[in-house]
Formats: sequence, C-alpha cells, structure tokens
Amino acid sequence: MKQKVVDHPSELSSIFKDGQTILVGGFGIVGSPLTIIDVICETDVKHLHVVSNNLGDYGMGLHQLFIRGKIDKATGSFFTINKEAVIAWSKGELEIDLLPQGTLAEAIRCGGAGIGGFYTKTAVGTELAKGKEERIIDGERYIFEKAIKGDVAIIRAKTADRLGNLTYHATARNFNPIMATAADIVIAEVDEIVEVGEIDPEHVITPHVYVDYIIRTEYKKVGDRFVRS
Amino acid sequence: MSEADVRLKIAKRIAEELEDGQVINLGIGIPTLVASFAEGKDLYFQSENGLLGIGPPPTEEELDAELINAGKEPVTITKGASFFNSADSFAMIRGGHIDVAVLGILQVNTLGQVANWAVPNKPILGVGGAMDLVTGAKKVIGAATLFTKDGSPKIVKELTYPISGIRTIDMLVTDYAIFTFEDGEVGVTELMGDLSLEELSERIGITLKWRGKND
Repeated sequence: MKQKVVDHPSELSSIFKDGQTILVGGFGIVGSPLTIIDVICETDVKHLHVVSNNLGDYGMGLHQLFIRGKIDKATGSFFTINKEAVIAWSKGELEIDLLPQGTLAEAIRCGGAGIGGFYTKTAVGTELAKGKEERIIDGERYIFEKAIKGDVAIIRAKTADRLGNLTYHATARNFNPIMATAADIVIAEVDEIVEVGEIDPEHVITPHVYVDYIIRTEYKKVGDRFVRS
Repeated sequence: MSEADVRLKIAKRIAEELEDGQVINLGIGIPTLVASFAEGKDLYFQSENGLLGIGPPPTEEELDAELINAGKEPVTITKGASFFNSADSFAMIRGGHIDVAVLGILQVNTLGQVANWAVPNKPILGVGGAMDLVTGAKKVIGAATLFTKDGSPKIVKELTYPISGIRTIDMLVTDYAIFTFEDGEVGVTELMGDLSLEELSERIGITLKWRGKND
C-alpha cells in the first residue's frame, strides 16, 4: 500500500512550483484546506493560478496567499468580499476569470471526468458570455465553457482512511469532491485518519483513487471560527 | 413604515406564494427574511453551497462552523436534510429541480429580465450563484423595494445595470404592488401600497396593465 499519509505539513512544500494551477476547495473558508495553504505561504512559490470560489474570507485561507503576492490569476465566482483583491485587479496586478458558481463547479467536474467542456444556458446574453461560443440546442441558447483542470488540488475532508478514501462534513464538502478528481496531484487535509476498512463503503464520498497525499489539519473549530491549534 | 418593516412586508407577501412540498432557494437580502414567514408550511430550503433542508439559526450548543448557508451564516438542518457537492448543487439549480427561487433584484425590464449581480461602473468581480438561479429555477420570484433611495423606479424600459440572464422572471413583489411580465407588458396583480395603478404608471413611466381580480 502506497504511503499517502504525510506526518508533517512541511513535507508537502516540494510539491508546489512556480506557475502551477492549484484548485482550492472551500466556500469562503468553510471547507478550505487552511493547513495546506499555510504550507504554500511559507514557500518561495509564486505566479500561481488559483481556482477557488473565493480568495479566502475573514483575512484567512487564500487571502493569506494572495497578500504574499503569490497569486497572478484567480478563477472563481465571488471575489467582491476580498477588498484587496478588488484593488489589485483594478491596478492590473491580478487577473480574474469570473464564472457563475455553477459553471465553475461543472467546469471542474468535467475536468475530472475527461470531458473537454460543456454548453450551459447560464450567463447567456450577459457580460460573462462575451467572447464565448454560442449555440442553439433544441431551440434554446447555450454558451460553451471549457473544462478546468489543475496541476495540484488541495482539498478539505473530514475522515480519510490510509488508502485515501474520504468522507466530508456538512457544507464543508462544497467544491472538494469535484476538485479531488480534476488535478494531477491531490492533497487532502482531514480531521482524522483511520485504518483501511473503518469507513463504511456506503459512506465514502471520494474513492481513494483520486487522493495522493493525506495530512491532518492543524485547525480546529472554535464557535463559528477556525483557529490554528 | 421603516425600511426594515418594508422589507418584512415584502418577505411576508412572498411567503404566501410558497406552497406545501416545494423546494425553495432564497437569495441574500429580503429573500432570506421569507423563511421566517413560511413557518407551518411544508417547505424544503436549498442552499447553493450544498444543502437541501436548511433549518433555523443555531443555538450556541448547535453552532457548527462548517454548517453555513450561501450568505455564510451558521444554520442548522431539518429532518430529512442532505449534503452534496457544488456540481450536484448547481445541477439541482440549473437543471430545473428547484421549484421556486426568490431573488433580490436591482432592476427589471418590461420583458421581466433582471439585473441582480452587479452595479455599473464598479469592478465586476462577484456573481456567485445569481445567474444559475435566474436561469434554472422553475419559478423565479423577484423581491425588491419598487424605488431606489433616490426615487428611481427599479422597473425600467431598458436595464442600465448588467443583465443576469435572458430568462424572464415570473413575478416581482415590491412594497407597492405585485408585478407580472407578459408579452412585453408589465401587469399588476395586486396593489400593496398607497399608490393607485395610474399613479404607479406615472411614477414608473410605464403603462401598467391591471391583471388582478376585478372587484
């Protein structure tokens, strides 16, 4: 059995390289792999293209990566909450590819499923359809959206077994299961690691085939916040 | 009537439109208030971040930082709730499986097309699920105060705010009236304020058709 469990977060540092596209799970910071983001913050890696719904929240998560100047481009659906990102974008220091949230999710799903792209009705006739191919299907207008893939996906799950099967918790699931399928290297940050066979096969959400590395989270929930323990 | 009361009045009226058994997605703002007026109805609230079965806000003991709604507020779940990933959530939304989406809107044109995701001359850096909901829900109810703070009507001949999609909404509930949009005509099905149909037509600058019950 391949050893996927990483004992110390710093062992992950060498995975990250300049110019990579990194898929990052989370809706705000819920379901965001905060420990792995901290690892990237401490590397010299730069010029990253981050694919994530937001660039962190409450000054945490991807916000930390962003203020360290490591992100050149962000693809996601909602960056308005991150004032610094808005400023950087207006100065031309940050490239943003804004997608409707459902289009973002489906593009990642397709990326992981070996599908090159898809046609969607969402955003037809809007500013977000500019420059995109339009096609009539059964009398309705659709636009083409390309699939999204990453070099690395960093995701947040609840429980992993040593093989890499994953379960999730509540709305921390969000983009994580689809991102797990759509990158060359997938690192899962989890609350607990159990022995193989301890997760009921009926409860596995992400089968182990998608997961390369597993790390225990260094964050815990305190009230409605996440703090480093 | 205070601004808060006006918002509650709109939310309460929208709640009356919801029917037992329906799956509902409530947007941020006035739509969020609808849930509190729908108690006693058999409704299932969906959250775009992967939850079907949103319950009331949590007590301190129930609070779970990883259980939030689309507005990133902590919530609880109801009996029979389910969690799913974002692609499945938007398959539900885009694929026509949500019975009613209640969305805050900034502007609506005479066709019933809406603007609800961005304002002009500002960086456009957030859309979230707004366009997916406008496009995919079986029925879309718009919620808004009829006039902006400077008195401009939100029903306009041509949108000056960025459009959210080509789909037309089914109904707009405001503090003055309920509006429908058919064949390029703006209809009123119910008056809810102190302005008559004629006065509303004049204030909005569009001839409104009475589509309500005749008394």
